[in-house]
Amino acid sequence: MAESAIEFVHVEYRVNGRALLSDVTFSVQRGEILMLLGPSGSGKTTSLKLINLLLTPSAGTVRVDGRPVQDWDVIRLRRHIGYAIQDVGLFPHYSVQQNVALIPKLEGWDRSKILTRVEEVLHTVGLPPAEYSGRYPDQLSGGQKQRVGLARALAADPPILLMDEPFGALDPITRLELQKEFKQLQHRLNKTVVFVTHDVGEALTLGNRIALMDSGKLRGIFAPSDFLLSQDPFVKPYIEAFRAGLQVSQI
Amino acid sequence: MLQFFLSHKREVFTLTMEHLWLVGISMLLAIAIGVPLGILLTWRPRWKTLVLGTNNVIQTIPSLALFGLLLPLPWLGARASRLAITALTLYALLPIVRNTYTGIRDVAAPVREAALGMGLTRHQLLWHVELPLAANVIVAGIRVATAITVGMATIAAAIGAGGLGEFIFRGLAMVDDHVILAGAIPAAIMALSVDMVLGLVQRRLVRVHH
Repeated sequence: MAESAIEFVHVEYRVNGRALLSDVTFSVQRGEILMLLGPSGSGKTTSLKLINLLLTPSAGTVRVDGRPVQDWDVIRLRRHIGYAIQDVGLFPHYSVQQNVALIPKLEGWDRSKILTRVEEVLHTVGLPPAEYSGRYPDQLSGGQKQRVGLARALAADPPILLMDEPFGALDPITRLELQKEFKQLQHRLNKTVVFVTHDVGEALTLGNRIALMDSGKLRGIFAPSDFLLSQDPFVKPYIEAFRAGLQVSQI
Repeated sequence: MLQFFLSHKREVFTLTMEHLWLVGISMLLAIAIGVPLGILLTWRPRWKTLVLGTNNVIQTIPSLALFGLLLPLPWLGARASRLAITALTLYALLPIVRNTYTGIRDVAAPVREAALGMGLTRHQLLWHVELPLAANVIVAGIRVATAITVGMATIAAAIGAGGLGEFIFRGLAMVDDHVILAGAIPAAIMALSVDMVLGLVQRRLVRVHH
């Protein structure tokens, strides 16, 4: 299939007449990690939620695998896409094993296949199943929760992953560790990933391309190497922040 | 006092059973109506004011008056127990509807969002996530409703529906404390033991994993 995995064409999203997103056009190639970079309120998360239909575009078209999202069965669409968010949203009444197994179970996989798959993805995210399967979310550290969240998103092996600041709430050391592992993981898994972040360092490290957003508009898409050389007025503060070793949120 | 219980043990037993039946049926009905209604409110928040408001109004109607108001209704008015059960169900509804609604609404937003984003249908979200997480609050509502109903059911005797209220009204008429207590003590014991059982249920629902 030649078409892009995800495509935005003149997408607009309004709430009560206020545009949270206007005229956004971009596409994400298969196997690519596209980083959505920008300050809070720039429309990154909104863009992400338009892909899995948690929000519906007010104008324009969002396509997944060449098909407008509204033409998809919403449940099929969402199960085609793994979703990992900053607050993780693990089910507190379910063990790690049950959290990860839920979608395969709802998809009607048989028990032995589910068990094998859960062990496999827990290994993938660096949580030995023997030790972690039976634990509950409140018995995990922040980093471990994020790993389970990622394992859950990967469980049914969706070709697309949406990640909304998944490492945002972690301490710098854990974050770095998870970023490294995620990068290695992506070499093996080759998913199409849209990754929201406000951290330039993270965008530069993980992304194949960086989409810079500001006030609901897409300001440009850059390869990481071009990003650092760009003279674009919107990019400059990020480069300065990066050089100063700061996160943009702290400017 | 003890002597009164012993000499009237048959009657105490019968009236206790009657009372238990009134409370049991009313509670089953109230749960069967109240929990789905509470769930419905989380799907149609616009109906919240109307439904909870109506329920609140019902709570303010004195129970004797409610029995009287229901009396002229065709099928209901024909039997005292039907009437009593209807009134008791109406009273028990509010805490159950309200707690079901709040319990579900208070499920953390990220949890709900993750569940929807993963591709759970609305019913799967309800069964796998919302109801289990709200169970504790829902059972708390049922406990409150049961305690109210056990007490309220004594008034059913005023319209001839039986139950432990028989002793209480008879004792009042006879100005005999023993007879009043013969109704009040078993009712109190009933309220406490049902509450204890439901408390155990509630504790089992809250997973303890430490």
